[in-house]
Amino acid sequence: MSDLPHKTIELNDGDAIAVIGGGPSGSFFSYFALEFSKRFDLDISIDIYEAKNFTKIGAGGCNHCGGIISETLVQKLSTDGIIIPSDIIQRGVNTYTLHTEQGQTVIDTPSHEQRIASVFRGCGPKGCTANSQRSFDNFLLGLCKKKGANVILEKISKAERIDDGIMIRSKKNGNKKYDLVVGAAGLNAQTLKMITGLCPDIIPPKTTRTYISEFYIGKDQVDSHFGNSMHVFLLNLANITFGALIPKEHYVTLVLLGKDIDDKTVKNFIASEQIKGCFPKNLDLKDAAPCKCYPYINVKAAQNAFNDRVVLIGDSAASKLYKNGIGAAYITGRAAAKTAIFEGISKKSFEKYYLPICKDLSLDNSVGKFIFFVTRFIQGSKLLKNGLLHMVIHEHKKEADKRLMSTALWDVFTGSAGYRNIFLRFLNPKLLLSFFWSIIVSNLHRKNYKINEKQQARTTL
Amino acid sequence: MKNNKLGQLYKDGEIIIKKGTTGNCLYVIQEGMVEVIDENNGHEVKIAELGETEFFGEMGLFEKDVRSCTVRALGDAKILTIDKRTFYKSIQQDSSLAYRLLEKMSNRLRQANQIISRSNNSNE
Repeated sequence: MSDLPHKTIELNDGDAIAVIGGGPSGSFFSYFALEFSKRFDLDISIDIYEAKNFTKIGAGGCNHCGGIISETLVQKLSTDGIIIPSDIIQRGVNTYTLHTEQGQTVIDTPSHEQRIASVFRGCGPKGCTANSQRSFDNFLLGLCKKKGANVILEKISKAERIDDGIMIRSKKNGNKKYDLVVGAAGLNAQTLKMITGLCPDIIPPKTTRTYISEFYIGKDQVDSHFGNSMHVFLLNLANITFGALIPKEHYVTLVLLGKDIDDKTVKNFIASEQIKGCFPKNLDLKDAAPCKCYPYINVKAAQNAFNDRVVLIGDSAASKLYKNGIGAAYITGRAAAKTAIFEGISKKSFEKYYLPICKDLSLDNSVGKFIFFVTRFIQGSKLLKNGLLHMVIHEHKKEADKRLMSTALWDVFTGSAGYRNIFLRFLNPKLLLSFFWSIIVSNLHRKNYKINEKQQARTTL
Repeated sequence: MKNNKLGQLYKDGEIIIKKGTTGNCLYVIQEGMVEVIDENNGHEVKIAELGETEFFGEMGLFEKDVRSCTVRALGDAKILTIDKRTFYKSIQQDSSLAYRLLEKMSNRLRQANQIISRSNNSNE
């Protein structure tokens, strides 16, 4: 970061903000900037540029995401007075089913109420015939419009710094001068390049490829095979850190996270008995998912993602590792809005008030990397997975506040708590002792069980 | 009522908060309505009706005292619980999250003052 002094620049009545990207981070920024400016008696205008039309079905209206709104975010939004309409929620998730090669178990929500929402970011997968008003991103954009934001459905073609602002050019809207430009274009390389041109010191985020596909099985089959449970898989398969099946209303979304997921990795995963066992027997999984993509995710935050009159938010700046990307969009969008309205729009203001929030996410991700490293280690060990399953199954007999492993795993899978918080809970001596005991008991039990099975087989012969 | 709304479903007339019990969470109405009732010597006085996006039980976040009123569902209602710890962690990270709560509590205080004032005037 440069040591050169930067003067404070503040927003004044009549100033205009351009938000490049109308996904969750752009919408959260716009919503809160308009809310805070109203509280502050500041008269500003916001234009949101979004190239996608979220009322379209398929890739043209989708921001390529598993579509989980975490428990923490649902609670924060409710506190803010934002209630996600039932039409937008595909399904309320209240349990997680953990699958390993050794067996499976269900982890209940600690609160016994539906607090996690599964949604479609767009209006549904390719081939979907349902009504076209069920996009989460479109719902958020609608909230911004109600607050007074102007949504411009086109790409920007140029972003150029001028004396007292930034000029944004788009085909239909022409040239317009803005006092602040907010980069919320996710990891879209072309738009990101244009915006980052305004921040010469920026180091863009590091990314990796993931996989998402949508299986249509119909509402009745989703109800009977998945219910309101998200299925997570700790399987010993190369390159996969985490695999999940997320139930929607008529569809099930497969999300694979790991290191540069490719076609071969996906085929191996889908071919596993644990995955096939979740779906109806007659369904050929190879042909059941016409809507699939390999989107990039942010795995290392951008550096210096701001300058005078420019700030990057959401995936363009910092995200949560593997989980709760929408939650990170909320955190960065809200923090940037607070800084812009209450503290100023200079590099100095963003450095002082916005950067610590991004650094906090990065620090949490460093701990998250370690947690996922340990998870990978457990995934590769039958011994440890037996212990893990045994412990979670036995915790179900205990009161909610004594389910140490189940609640920690719940937060790992749902992204409901920060990785530092989860890590400290994993270090709880009671949890560690209980885990070691479970490893011993479960593996001895399995050994005895196998010996009994062999003896029984001999007797029968 | 659609099943995919978040929160817990309370049937018509079902009690969500009982006066005199302890509690330490805030409730936000996701769908439907609730009525806030004060019970005195077996008589019920309706204090308020609350609808979607409104919250109740906020005193439990700040005081260790028992619940001051009974709240029950008016028709089927879906209610989301906000844990005290989650709430405090959130406002520790971002104090502006408490603004709406303060705004609403300020409104309710104003309404209570008006009721007391009207009651005093009618007694005079």
